[in-house]
Amino acid sequence: MATAICIQNSALFMYVLGRADDALILGHRLSEWCGHAPMMEEDMALANMGLDLIGQARELYTYAAEVEGAGNDEDKFAYLRDVQHYRNVLLVERPNGDFAQTMMRQFFYSAFADCYWRAMMSSTDPTLAAIAAKSEKESAYHLRHSSEWIIRLGDGTDESHRRAQSALNDLWPFTGELFQANPEDDALFAGRIAVDPRGLLQPWTENVTAILRSARLTLPQSQWMQKGGRSGQHSEHLGHLLSELQSLQRTYPNATW
Amino acid sequence: MVITPAQARDLREVAWNAAAQVVDPEIPALTIADLGVLRDVVVTDQGVEVAITPTYSGCPAMNMIALEIELALEREGFRNPVIRTVLSPAWTTDWMSEQGRQKLKEYGIAPPVAGGGRRALFGEQEVACPQCGSANTEVLSEFGSTSCKALWRCKSCREPFDYFKCH
Ligand SMILES: [Zn+2]
Repeated sequence: MATAICIQNSALFMYVLGRADDALILGHRLSEWCGHAPMMEEDMALANMGLDLIGQARELYTYAAEVEGAGNDEDKFAYLRDVQHYRNVLLVERPNGDFAQTMMRQFFYSAFADCYWRAMMSSTDPTLAAIAAKSEKESAYHLRHSSEWIIRLGDGTDESHRRAQSALNDLWPFTGELFQANPEDDALFAGRIAVDPRGLLQPWTENVTAILRSARLTLPQSQWMQKGGRSGQHSEHLGHLLSELQSLQRTYPNATW
Repeated sequence: MVITPAQARDLREVAWNAAAQVVDPEIPALTIADLGVLRDVVVTDQGVEVAITPTYSGCPAMNMIALEIELALEREGFRNPVIRTVLSPAWTTDWMSEQGRQKLKEYGIAPPVAGGGRRALFGEQEVACPQCGSANTEVLSEFGSTSCKALWRCKSCREPFDYFKCH
């Protein structure tokens, strides 16, 4: 079994790594649908969105490796880190569940990514600004697709409404972490390298509640939010996901195609 | 080996022409020069370095393109060419040449609307059928066979077609 790599600390490195982890884990989750979606067009949509996210993750990991300067690369970050070294939000590691759960998760994340990447286009870091310029277009496309599904499911049959409402109730407590800032990120915000996610909560909430209203879905009463992913405390689901994602490199270290 | 500026200029032209002929493996009608993916070619005493820019974040063709450039340069006698990926500024479909758009259309793919922005990304602008030219078209699937395409249908000639999404 390959040894897990040792992680160096630096605010920018950890920050970029966290955003890469969000994209990789959600992209992997979407790839699990390949061949199982309810219809052909949707199979292509889920796989395409997954591909966009994995592409964003690759660019972010490559940049994280450059910032860290320790000879790591995208593959080492993805395949050789143990679960507690992942910094993704808990939302993206939630299991696919039914189609409503998958779409609700996609809708929450895409609504965030859409405003996040648009704001990041004016990052003073040219690499992050360039990654943002592509990701923003892709996120906007994902947001439109998932919003249409949320309305179609919520405002559909009794059964689709019930499932969409249940997905909303289950996943809502995982949305707060998207807007959580780590104290180490303050310097990045001050240098306008990164945007403070707390400032995105209001526009996100407005966009999301407007769609949920059209979908005839009701926000849960409780405002209690889950957290832990950004500091490496994950649910058991991420371990299972990584055991599949990493199995080949862990079993046959340095295997290449 | 020390090369004069004039030699470097000539070598650069040879290298550029070789790299420019590499095609996108998913849309072989288009070269990387048509796409705007080929950014720069530099020839120095150290060898040749080619800068390319990725299109869509997850485009799997980029690895293949880098490999093809390497092979094309080696065929012209350049040893150990270096392929560098440049992210900034980010590629957009506006970089596709007029010739590239024409080739796409002839290949049966509706080209991206130039300078279209967000509305064109969502196909909210008119997309003409590449077969009959009719503007009476509709989207069938927002996601297509590759990340750069959406699936459309022409209501005049009834033919389905790919639309190269604005990015
Ligand atoms: Zn037609």
